[in-house]
Amino acid sequence: MAPPPIRVQSAPFDMGAELNAFAETVPGAGAIVSFSGITRDLATGDLQAMEIEHYPGMTETALAAIRAEALDRFQLIDAMILHRYGPLAPSDPIMMVATAARHRADAFAGAAFLMDYLKSRAPFWKKEITTAGAAWVAARAEDEDALASWSIPDHATQS
Amino acid sequence: MTLEIRYFAWLRERVGTNAETVETEAATIADLIAELAARDEGYALAFSDPGAIRAAIDHALVEMDAPLAGAREVAFFPPMTGG
Repeated sequence: MAPPPIRVQSAPFDMGAELNAFAETVPGAGAIVSFSGITRDLATGDLQAMEIEHYPGMTETALAAIRAEALDRFQLIDAMILHRYGPLAPSDPIMMVATAARHRADAFAGAAFLMDYLKSRAPFWKKEITTAGAAWVAARAEDEDALASWSIPDHATQS
Repeated sequence: MTLEIRYFAWLRERVGTNAETVETEAATIADLIAELAARDEGYALAFSDPGAIRAAIDHALVEMDAPLAGAREVAFFPPMTGG
């Protein structure tokens, strides 16, 4: 049975296995694109752990709206979003999106759209725990700009 | 009206709780923020930079002038940093 297209979980996941499972559920696809986010080492290299907080209930609603908007805008056969919360170790996979389409342009654009949208509109917050202490990751202006470049309609983010 | 208020990330840490029930006559999100910020130093600090705060009513993102009429749950949090 196909895994649900939206998943929010604390457990680690296997990127390869997830992508293979997704590929099996998209008959007619000629292109599959995936993106995975990984906890990165800081410039100072002393990241000990990352903690991801989220807003249960709103998270699932927001991710479903993001996926629906992507399916609406691009010629996608399907799209999946998986995002973790809770404590993560350095180099752990944080999240992934995958899109399937007949042709690569839609698959690439759909995945980029999912990421730009998710970054600024899905209620997740990252906290980095280093040897110097813990600090919340600040949102980047570039992320808001990336979202604005898609001309997101209000109804998509507010319902 | 009775509202359930949720706080996340550094807003939660500054107000010192993740959720509370409040009785309020505030008409909008901005009015509610002004009311909460007047409570004590922790709340004042949490809400000191309105530009750094996002709000949701019943799981939907809203602007600061959004009316609270009919709202059940309001959430305050910093700009999101998922992905």
